[in-house]
Amino acid sequence: MNTQPNHANDPSLLELWYNGGLDLTDHLYIPVEDEPQPAEKYRPKHNDAVFARHLYRYARVFNVAGTVLCILFSLLMILTVANLPAYGDPDAPTVNEVAERYVEQGTAETGAVNTVAGMILDYRAFDTLGESFVLFTAVAAVTILMERKPKKKVRRAEVISYAEDDIVRVVSRFVIPIVLVFGVYILLNGHLSPGGGFSGGAIMAAAPILYAMVWGDEQASRVFTARRIRTVVVCALGFYCAAKSYSFFTGANHLPSIISTGTPGNIFSAGLIMPLNVAVGLVVCCTMYSFYMYFRRGSI
Amino acid sequence: MQELLNHLNNLPFNYEEAVAVILFAIGLSMLLFCRNLLKKVIGLDVMDAGIFLLLADRGYITGRTVPIIVDGVTEMEYYINPIPAGLVLTGIVVSVSVTALMLSLTVRIYKTYRTLEIDKLYIMMTNWRKGERE
Repeated sequence: MNTQPNHANDPSLLELWYNGGLDLTDHLYIPVEDEPQPAEKYRPKHNDAVFARHLYRYARVFNVAGTVLCILFSLLMILTVANLPAYGDPDAPTVNEVAERYVEQGTAETGAVNTVAGMILDYRAFDTLGESFVLFTAVAAVTILMERKPKKKVRRAEVISYAEDDIVRVVSRFVIPIVLVFGVYILLNGHLSPGGGFSGGAIMAAAPILYAMVWGDEQASRVFTARRIRTVVVCALGFYCAAKSYSFFTGANHLPSIISTGTPGNIFSAGLIMPLNVAVGLVVCCTMYSFYMYFRRGSI
Repeated sequence: MQELLNHLNNLPFNYEEAVAVILFAIGLSMLLFCRNLLKKVIGLDVMDAGIFLLLADRGYITGRTVPIIVDGVTEMEYYINPIPAGLVLTGIVVSVSVTALMLSLTVRIYKTYRTLEIDKLYIMMTNWRKGERE
């Protein structure tokens, strides 16, 4: 007794799956005798139906297994959270001698008032160098995947330029410099106040992105060319490498450092932290702008 | 039963961590059950948000202030733990990079196959692998 329906001619097979959210009609085998299919069109094979049946069975198993996995995992994590030390507990094991050392000796050793900046750009500066290279690698990968020649003739309907709008044009003239100055302020005060290279760079990147949105991609690509962006990123990363290698040979591991830490609290203090913040900020800014332009038009 | 309740005695204090864990679980279930590639990317970002919230909560200590040394006070009793802040910073950067990479891969997949539903994609890619490209 064969109770299986004929899947080959049943396009509604997988519509059972997720209440018709899936429409496989084009991909199942439906023989059309009269009109031959065009050569370049996808010609379904009879094993597609077998394959779809397997997929359907697999989906049922997957749903059950996935639900069980999710519930088990959530329960396990809730149990773990319940066994953690209480929120805000000063005697928690995470508040150990490492954090104490960073807070108590950090200002004297690095000159940075902001302990987090001193931590990530002096004690763990190589970690931050790795982060910058992660961003660089991400830009390289996005470039490989998204790079295409911009269309010479862009249809009028595709151009979204707000430059003809008076309000947007006038307001953007005021806002873009303010955004840039605020980003630079956060960048340069990274060792004194909350902020630093990553947040300042992200804020700075808002300015060229707004410029490109308001004045059009063509105008923006004339100002921020790919060559300039590449030069800035490579110079910033090279400076970071050189500066930290230099301080590695002179400042780390109780070796005497010739770069003075200055008076903590002054803008020109904390040794190499401010230049490194600027380098990281430039890398982040160029990265964010490149992401925007590659996703927007496929080239810088 | 009493033993089990003893194990859960910190749950009322750790409700923020519990929220972080629930965010993580929401992201995981999006990653498993959404059939759209774009929604999977969003699910991964939700998972990231849960992890960052958990790390930031672990660094907090009640009644203390941010680890920015003011007026030369360097005793640990006045400042919260600075280490999770640095870890979250690293995590955010990696999350942004991974998201950008996955979004560009998604764009390429859409340009080639004109769909983002993984069931359709799976059938099309299997046939493509067998040399029966559309």
